[in-house]
Amino acid sequence: MMQITERDTRGAAVEAEMREPVLATHDVGVRYDETKVALSGVNLEFAAGEVTSLIGPSGCGKSTFLRCLNLMNREIPHCHIDGEIVYDGHNINTPDENLYELRQSIGMVFQIPNPFRKSIRDNITFAPRCHGIKDKKRLDEIVETSLVKAALWDEVKDKLDKSAYALSGGQRQRLCIARTLAMNPKVVLMDEPCSALDPIATFSIEDTIGQIAGEGISVIIVTHNIEQAARISDKTAYFLLGEVVEWGDTDAVFSDPKDKRTQDYLTGRFG
Amino acid sequence: MKSLQKHQLERVGKSLTGFCIAVVILVVGSLVVMVAQRGLSAFAVDGVDLWGFLSGVTWNPHQPDASGAPTVGALPMIFGSFAVTLLSCLFVIPFALGSAIYTVEVNPKFGNTVFRPALELLVGIPSVVFGLVGLTIVVPWIRGWSGGTGYGILAGSLVLAVMVLPTVTSLIIDALNAVPAAYRMSSSALGGTRWQNTWHIVLKAATPGILTAIILGMARAFGEALAVQMVIGNAATIPDSLVSPAATLTSVLTTSMGNEAMGTVYNDVLWSLALILLLMSLVFILIVHIIGNRSEVKHG
Repeated sequence: MMQITERDTRGAAVEAEMREPVLATHDVGVRYDETKVALSGVNLEFAAGEVTSLIGPSGCGKSTFLRCLNLMNREIPHCHIDGEIVYDGHNINTPDENLYELRQSIGMVFQIPNPFRKSIRDNITFAPRCHGIKDKKRLDEIVETSLVKAALWDEVKDKLDKSAYALSGGQRQRLCIARTLAMNPKVVLMDEPCSALDPIATFSIEDTIGQIAGEGISVIIVTHNIEQAARISDKTAYFLLGEVVEWGDTDAVFSDPKDKRTQDYLTGRFG
Repeated sequence: MKSLQKHQLERVGKSLTGFCIAVVILVVGSLVVMVAQRGLSAFAVDGVDLWGFLSGVTWNPHQPDASGAPTVGALPMIFGSFAVTLLSCLFVIPFALGSAIYTVEVNPKFGNTVFRPALELLVGIPSVVFGLVGLTIVVPWIRGWSGGTGYGILAGSLVLAVMVLPTVTSLIIDALNAVPAAYRMSSSALGGTRWQNTWHIVLKAATPGILTAIILGMARAFGEALAVQMVIGNAATIPDSLVSPAATLTSVLTTSMGNEAMGTVYNDVLWSLALILLLMSLVFILIVHIIGNRSEVKHG
């Protein structure tokens, strides 16, 4: 386990040091109904080509934080995001940020695989069409490249016009990933993408995550599965009670946690 | 009394529910058989020509034609029924779809607290009241600009549209609500605008439900008798415009059924009209089922 992480991280970590983060948060917090604090003071940075795991017990705010990064929390009534979220050199947490353009660059994959009730092809072309790509040939290219990147192409290339619901759970989730990749995002957010899947499907998703990161995309994944975090991520952030307790290179966090609370969680003493 | 054994209880439950089913099936079955028997006897016993009945344009059952057969061309009524049904649906669909989208996607709070109760109120209004309103508002209004009597297919369609609107709208609202919230979430996460999400994702996913709503609305419009009869003018001819008097299958039935003795030719052909109504509602129900099955086969 550790060997894999070491091999994966060394190159990426060196590169990351030289690079500006694609996405960074300064003092980000979330309040519901103005008073109930769900999250506070989160300062994290995410570099291109890097996989970051957000771990922690249920209700610790990791998913809430994830939903801040593409401002999905704006869709929830009475939810207020504080602090600065810097993407591409400017703060996106402003009222006049164009959400539709932002979400082209910062994609999101949800916990339950939820392809649209459309054909496999139409699932993927939905977003590019929404953003104005009409050319049939261009759309076909997008379908192929996105499916290839999501490691689904070989399995579905002969049935692109079949319903997405003809696919298995793991394939559906990879289709959701492909659907996100169709917009050529710089960042992909994943909210426990494997928790509804069996181990084999989980493995294929993890494989896909590695490939996407290899394309230079910054992947930020919320997971309940500590082993998964150790397997796939370059960096890990540990959330507890709405705060980040520890953040650093995955191998450092796992082998030598600085905070007692992280140690307790990782050794299974709670959570 | 000693309590029943578990397996006995099972048997009692089975026979009770089975009995209920049997009664319902019997009622439906005998209804269909009776209408069919009566409706077909016009052709079998009275010697009415089936094709002449379906395509003839003169309705005058008391007056035998040159060959001595009764003049019972039902085409005007068949045409009238389809015309008011289709036209009323044309009026209804945009408003039903629009208000359902507003209720579900734009402002659920207003939709659920104000709009839906108002719709339900509309369902509860008896059809004779719609007919009266049509008679005092719609007919004079049409008369005002058309110059005719004001009675006709247009008046009938408008009244039917208002009657059918709540049913269709409620069913479409249910269909839209049945679309998983996850679809909307993921299409927003893909950067779709609310309009794009609604149009391409929600409506697409709800299409079978929306079609079902429209078909059920059509079935209701096709079968409605009283309100239509009050405003359509009851002239059994194919009208030359939407604003001249016409008739539907139901309006002829309600106006004539009480006046003709059982067993006469006139009475028998009225049953034939009823048979057409019954067959049409069967067709509507069949379509609803086909829509349901097809979407299940396609998306599981």
